[in-house]
Amino acid sequence: MTASDTTAVSDAEKLRYISQQAADARVNVEIETEGMTLNIGPQHPATHGTLRIITKLDGEQVVAAEPVLGYMHRGYEKLAEVRTYPQVTTLVNRIDWVGSFANETPFILAAEKLMEVEAPPRAQYIRTVLHEMSRIANVILGIGDMGVQVGAVTPIFFAFRDREYVLNQIEAVTGGRFHPNFDRIGGLKDDLPAGWIQNTKNAMVKVREFCDQIEELMYGNEIFQARTRGIGIIPKDIGLAHGVSGVNIRGSGVDWDVRRDGLPSGLVYDQVDWKVWTHPDGDSYSRMWVRLQEVREGSKIVDQLLDNIPSGPIMAKVPRIIKVPPGEAYVETENPLGVMGYYVISKGDLHPYRVRIRSASFNNISIAPWLLKGVFVPDIITILGSLYFILGDIDR
Amino acid sequence: MSDVVETEDAVEVDEVREAQLEALGSELGDAIVETFVKPGDDIWVRVSREAWVEAATVLRHELGFGFFNFLSAIDWMPSPYGRDMDSQVDVTLEGAEPKEPEPMEWGYAGGATRFQMLARVNDVTTARGVTLKADLPDDDLSIRTWIPVYAGANWHEREASEMFGIDFVGHPNLRKLYLPGAFEGYPMRKDFALLSRRIKPWPGIVDVEPMPGDDDGDGNGDGNT
Repeated sequence: MTASDTTAVSDAEKLRYISQQAADARVNVEIETEGMTLNIGPQHPATHGTLRIITKLDGEQVVAAEPVLGYMHRGYEKLAEVRTYPQVTTLVNRIDWVGSFANETPFILAAEKLMEVEAPPRAQYIRTVLHEMSRIANVILGIGDMGVQVGAVTPIFFAFRDREYVLNQIEAVTGGRFHPNFDRIGGLKDDLPAGWIQNTKNAMVKVREFCDQIEELMYGNEIFQARTRGIGIIPKDIGLAHGVSGVNIRGSGVDWDVRRDGLPSGLVYDQVDWKVWTHPDGDSYSRMWVRLQEVREGSKIVDQLLDNIPSGPIMAKVPRIIKVPPGEAYVETENPLGVMGYYVISKGDLHPYRVRIRSASFNNISIAPWLLKGVFVPDIITILGSLYFILGDIDR
Repeated sequence: MSDVVETEDAVEVDEVREAQLEALGSELGDAIVETFVKPGDDIWVRVSREAWVEAATVLRHELGFGFFNFLSAIDWMPSPYGRDMDSQVDVTLEGAEPKEPEPMEWGYAGGATRFQMLARVNDVTTARGVTLKADLPDDDLSIRTWIPVYAGANWHEREASEMFGIDFVGHPNLRKLYLPGAFEGYPMRKDFALLSRRIKPWPGIVDVEPMPGDDDGDGNGDGNT
């Protein structure tokens, strides 16, 4: 027997021995430690707001995790009942505050459906462009933030820097960086400013540069992969039964995107050539990977839409005082955080009789108690980061 | 939607949705109280309270509606405080006493009681959804929980419970979700007054004042009544 052979065999044996020792030691430690309760939040960088998670630990392992919501509950469903239809957009802007315009779209579309009006083609195109740009602005931040969760600070600076190009363009057309309040029943408030299309295309180039950069910097990073691969796996059917939607469910291999399947009239995603990205693994990494592809795809969607914006009016003929005929309508769209929908019940008044807001993060994070069971403490942070939620979208 | 498309839709029967409804009907039988199909749009199904969980089970396991969308409730009794912004009576503070409630009118798929469950599930392969409703008698606001079928119903039921006062039988943890523990009342009920609106009329009321040049006063600026 050569020396190298001996080493190889004894190494394997040694490893087995060590792992057995370690397993025994872990069992012993688990028996000896008492359960411990650890509060995560309400103030924690991983929570994008004030989410508190009470975790019961056994050693380093989570036995039970329970999110505590309501620190930011603003009662939008009740408030919407005493506001006129055009006023509601101001409220719903504040649900997912990082991708505000996308919050307005489904509500406006639901009101348009009840009134049986349709925005002119130009307005539909611009609406879709802004919807997609709010997705890009939102998801870029989510990607950068994920870097912070695994201990890399650079991605968040890149994200804030490059998101600004997109926000500047949103501001140039709507007047608001965060709360555009620009969507109107039957069209849009204003037309595009001069030179906007070219500037936006330039911004989209920056977005793609960001994607390339971050892909090498973060996704290819060994530590990032070690912290996210095989961790926080959401199986398809369990995710669906929890109402997990958007990127989080496409990361589990469900090929479902409201932009393609069941697209409500009023958005023109069917006019462009694009692809729905999915990933079969269902772990934290796959969710973040799909997110990155969506940003890239989104910038291509915006480019194509900008090339084809038709001319014409941006407002359909609607009465100045909007009374919505009686009826019920549910419209959902694919928002940055997942599927967002509004169930609007009208009784023919100036304001909705009842609005049920189906916000994406509320359902997405409802899987957290199931998902966090049995994981280790540092993984809580990466799993929450990869689910990517905005507190306003949970608490409404 | 233009007028032409509209009339076509009205005549056209939505075969896929009718077929789905038939499949649901053959599974549930008498448990379905009323249905409503809007061609090209959506299905509404009102089931009896006893069949609430059964309907969910059939939808998820037999018909492929695996995606839980949302669950909530509706209070169909119009607010005794008036409609808040519609009439001048409502905005004067002296007139803010509770009034006789208006008669109840229900939405699609009808209704018989003040409180109605409202839930929606989707089939992600066909991208279609079904909206479910169920009546809750006033003297017994309780219904069985959906958690064994759709795990995501957990928080939605907690929210419906604190906002409407509905009891979900079999729910493992029906504590308050959003509201503080000692909160009294059920905010989403129509007879729960929105205090800020009682104290001060909504400044947005100026939006519905006639604009100068609006002779007819209907506000749409076209000069026709």
